[in-house]
Amino acid sequence: MKNSKQLMKGNEAIAEAAILAGCRFYAGYPITPQNQIPEYMSWRMPEAGGSFIQAESELAAINMVLGASVAGARAMTSSSSPGISLKQEGISYMAGMELPALIVNMQRGGPGLGNIQGSQADYFQSVKGGGHGDYRLITLSPSTVQEAADLTAEAFYLADKYRSPALLLSDGILGQMIEPVEFFENKFLELPPKDYILDGCKGRKPRSLFSLMMGPGVLEKHNFKLAAKYAKIEAEVRKFEKYKLEDADVLIIANGIIGRISKGAANILRKDGVKCGVFRPITLWPFPYAEIKAAAAKAKKVLVVEQNMGQMVEDVRLALLDDSKVSFLGRPGGGCPFPEEIADKVREIIK
Amino acid sequence: MKQVYCRPESLKDNANSYCPGCGHGIVHRLVAEIIDELGVREKTVGIAPVGCAVFAYDYWNFDVTEAPHGRPPAVACAIKRILPDRVVFTYQGDGDLASIGTNEIIHSANRSDNITVIFINNANYGMTGGQMAPTTLPGMKTTTTQDGRDVKVSGYPVRVCELLATLEGTRYLERVMVTDPANINKTKRAIEKAFRVQLDGKGFSLVEVLSPCPVNWGKSPLDGLKFVKEEMTKYFKLGVIKDETV
Repeated sequence: MKNSKQLMKGNEAIAEAAILAGCRFYAGYPITPQNQIPEYMSWRMPEAGGSFIQAESELAAINMVLGASVAGARAMTSSSSPGISLKQEGISYMAGMELPALIVNMQRGGPGLGNIQGSQADYFQSVKGGGHGDYRLITLSPSTVQEAADLTAEAFYLADKYRSPALLLSDGILGQMIEPVEFFENKFLELPPKDYILDGCKGRKPRSLFSLMMGPGVLEKHNFKLAAKYAKIEAEVRKFEKYKLEDADVLIIANGIIGRISKGAANILRKDGVKCGVFRPITLWPFPYAEIKAAAAKAKKVLVVEQNMGQMVEDVRLALLDDSKVSFLGRPGGGCPFPEEIADKVREIIK
Repeated sequence: MKQVYCRPESLKDNANSYCPGCGHGIVHRLVAEIIDELGVREKTVGIAPVGCAVFAYDYWNFDVTEAPHGRPPAVACAIKRILPDRVVFTYQGDGDLASIGTNEIIHSANRSDNITVIFINNANYGMTGGQMAPTTLPGMKTTTTQDGRDVKVSGYPVRVCELLATLEGTRYLERVMVTDPANINKTKRAIEKAFRVQLDGKGFSLVEVLSPCPVNWGKSPLDGLKFVKEEMTKYFKLGVIKDETV
């Protein structure tokens, strides 16, 4: 499989990338539009010497991942929006217990059962704390099948490095899209052995993993420790793509597949002489506030485009602290703009 | 001089947080004794529930992880798949196992996960102050059934062993009680057998322990023991419910 370009669905590319990144435990539950991930894992994981379990529920799946992480394995689960809501319990516990794992959300429209079309409606859930408690979730947003594969490998690395769950936040479009993809050898630095896992106390003192901290001040201390870790991640991990920004009068900010479509809009506008560029955040948490502020400094107008009715735009406003510049184009419920629609919106705001 | 009795190595020298007359301390010790006797302390991973036994990692001298409420079987299932040569067990109360975690226990049993489950049935939610549990007896008073459990409103107590016995995957299910030395010995033998089923690779085993909770029941420790013996056993019959290991 390695080092040869092939055509794959986004879902399958994520699964294969996980295997090549050393993932040896997968638990999941069927939900469209991500079913190719468990289907692929069901044969590929045993082939790689790992464990695949079709869990009885999303709750069981995320808690199996928690258990596999306790035992030291690189572990993942995947689902789509309604299923990710159910997984929030486990994500919160893993944040509290400082357990690494990868969660993949191939978003669909909501709220409720919604539909099965691509969506970006789970932005708030992902980056503002979908589960209870004071935690942050490393959140990566790919815009191509290749990037989905690359970020899957990176998400495992970041999760292990920082002892934190990580989320690959994509959508039904990318999950179903077939594109060329190439898998690369692990390019990440070697990490130290995990000194917290539970595998029997032979030759060492017994260990325990928990998130209940009842003693006076103990949980507060733990939360300060987590906050320091999150500050370190914010300082060290911020990924984004800048597209034709150097001379841009108008800046489009969009993530994932919408970021990619926005590049098409920028190209249409440039043919008409409108100097338009695109800033595409890749890490949604940590959010590249400073980089967006710098990128927007010279632009007269900023348009945020999302497949929801305005979620990431709140972080853009926080970054700029200047609402007069910011406009928004949203397509909720599985709606997806063509480049021309985005270009028209840009023409409208610069009139 | 020959030492005939001591603290098991698998039990830490820590004061526990259990109420006077509670059965948890007895069962903790029995589990520790069996793990010592089987010589598996250094390859054991325990899973603590949410409930009174959540602090089990403070009491047992081997690796123990916490799990979200009701999810210990899912956590245990994964740990066992990653580390198939370790001894993996869950320790769960009736709210954890028979209410919020019903789905997890049924499917773990049905997969015949090669794990051991120690299930404490004390007919109420102990840690939160004595609310109705799925195992609360008809007519029994709790803080959420103040006139006694009305089965027309709250349904009937769940018999976990009998429920799980219908599943192909269950190998060994026994119900015991910790009320007196003879029954404590029986409980110890049941726990030993459940761990041996796992060590032999035979699959899912569960021991249900009827256990007193006198403080939440509003009884003295002695009356608590009497209630287990005389009232709980009428509804929850003692004995081996299923044994497919022979």
